[in-house]
Amino acid sequence: MRLQKFTPQRIWILIGYAAAAAALFSAPLFVSDFRLNLLAKFLAFAIVALGLDLIWGYTGILSLGHGIFFGLGAYAMAMYLKLEASGGKPPDFMGWSGLKELPLFWQPFQSFWFAVAMGIAIPALLALVLGYFTFRNRIRGVYFTILTQALVIITTTLLIGQQAFTGGTNGITGYSTVLGYAIGSPETKRVLYYITVVALIAIFIFCRYVIGSRFGKVLRAIRDGENRARFIGYNPAIYQMVVFTISAGIAGVAGMLFVLHVGIISPSMLGIVPSIEMVLWVAIGGRGTLVGAALGAILMNWAKSEFSTAYPQGWLFFMGLLFVVVVVFLPKGVAGLVSQIKFRKKRREPNHEGIRNPAV
Amino acid sequence: MKESAILLCDDVTVEFDGFKAVQGMNLKLDKGELRFLIGPNGAGKTTILDVICGKVRPTTGRVTFGKVDITRKKEHQIAELGIGRKFQAPSIFPSMTVFENLEIAMRQKRTVFATLFARMAEEERSRIDGQLTMIGLQKKAEWRAGGLSHGEKQWLEIGMMLLQEPEILLLDEPVAGMTDKETDKTGELLHEIARKRSIVVVEHDMEFVRNFASKVTVMHEGKLLKEGSMDEVQRDDRVAEVYLGKRRDADVSRSTA
Repeated sequence: MRLQKFTPQRIWILIGYAAAAAALFSAPLFVSDFRLNLLAKFLAFAIVALGLDLIWGYTGILSLGHGIFFGLGAYAMAMYLKLEASGGKPPDFMGWSGLKELPLFWQPFQSFWFAVAMGIAIPALLALVLGYFTFRNRIRGVYFTILTQALVIITTTLLIGQQAFTGGTNGITGYSTVLGYAIGSPETKRVLYYITVVALIAIFIFCRYVIGSRFGKVLRAIRDGENRARFIGYNPAIYQMVVFTISAGIAGVAGMLFVLHVGIISPSMLGIVPSIEMVLWVAIGGRGTLVGAALGAILMNWAKSEFSTAYPQGWLFFMGLLFVVVVVFLPKGVAGLVSQIKFRKKRREPNHEGIRNPAV
Repeated sequence: MKESAILLCDDVTVEFDGFKAVQGMNLKLDKGELRFLIGPNGAGKTTILDVICGKVRPTTGRVTFGKVDITRKKEHQIAELGIGRKFQAPSIFPSMTVFENLEIAMRQKRTVFATLFARMAEEERSRIDGQLTMIGLQKKAEWRAGGLSHGEKQWLEIGMMLLQEPEILLLDEPVAGMTDKETDKTGELLHEIARKRSIVVVEHDMEFVRNFASKVTVMHEGKLLKEGSMDEVQRDDRVAEVYLGKRRDADVSRSTA
């Protein structure tokens, strides 16, 4: 807090942010429509990573269930898109299962804004309920993580089983327009890209505010010593619930954007493997730093897409290797490497005594 | 005298799987008192602190703080009412700065809403700065707390407790692992604190107790053995028997049993 003077370091950080924002906004001028669409998808993933970092990096709660919150946001948007494509009639997959009337809970999804609201509210609410029953009973650590995995299995099973309502294994696809604009046209794609950039920046700023606030300091205090925080007079359960809810809502936003870019959502995109992958992005980018988490998501997905096109046979090995290298040599992720270098340089300066706070 | 009691433990018994860690313990603490709680290992000293701060629920008995019955309240509620606890091992928040540690501990509204929109007021800053001076860490305000020495961590924790402004401080071996100089400084700090607040200290370091204690409570096997001034306690035969290793030599210093 007292470092709010414009130290050279702060100025460099601000320049870095400005450059990153400029690069994102000008990307459509330099890259092909195909690549832009990929980038947009990666940025949506970066948004999930930000939310995940809030609870894992800053509060110390590992959720392996963020695929579900992401997926619920995606399904909410997909329902709207599907209804717009079918003109409000029951979508094709319902007919295959013999459903002739649009189910009641589908009907309000004809409204775009209702779908957007639900895309945030449903994952947030689910997280709040799960958080209420776990954190209040002091279920934490690996037990909490296992419960989030259970949530993933339950939700995917439900989505696959209720084929008539959810499209089953195939998920929901075959969209035509969004708010009347053709969803596949390059112009719409570009606008959607810009919306994603704006969403990413807004959520980044929001997360920065949250972790910089006293609330964020309490979160870090809970991560460092939950019991100690309790004996100061904070109720960690409430804080954990709130941050878990925020994080799930952010994942919901990412899911909605993802569907708009990719044009399909299916249970396999939100299952166990994607949920774990999301955590890997944060781990590799650097947990406990927002920039690290976002960059981790973008770089990992970029690497995945490059490797899988260049080496269709062996790309998984490359990904595995990358993961092992980061875990062994960079336990704090790529962002940790940067602060490590900075720290070494500072240590050589004669007047520096001790470790400064590396966070934020 | 009863009116001035700020804390009353009334016939408190704690049972863990049939083992009685504390049996019918009574403890009365007056306002502004600095009380030392001593006794051999397993006497139930730490357990009684755990009961007061809500970490352990007593099997029977009552704990009242002022006029409030806190026997069944939760830890964070008891902390909010004004009972601060310091554990044996220094438990600060290592990844946060010294300043942030104090900022979090400072007396304030502790709801999510309040902390989300809290702004650092000038008055709050000067309060934290004052505390930093008192615990001698003003030059290390921006250090990561995890990088402090053991003694500094203990002081930081005491500083955090003071900013919390509890009416009662419960300290579990505050001078364990400190150098002699640090121990003396801590003793003086405690006396200064006791002018405004009540303190209960669990301590093994007999020299420290002798130098700084006014009233001592001796526990043995979960029960109250003797209460009184250090002199009285040292003259007591039973205390000498169970605690000072059956030696009546008053100079058995640092007999950590």
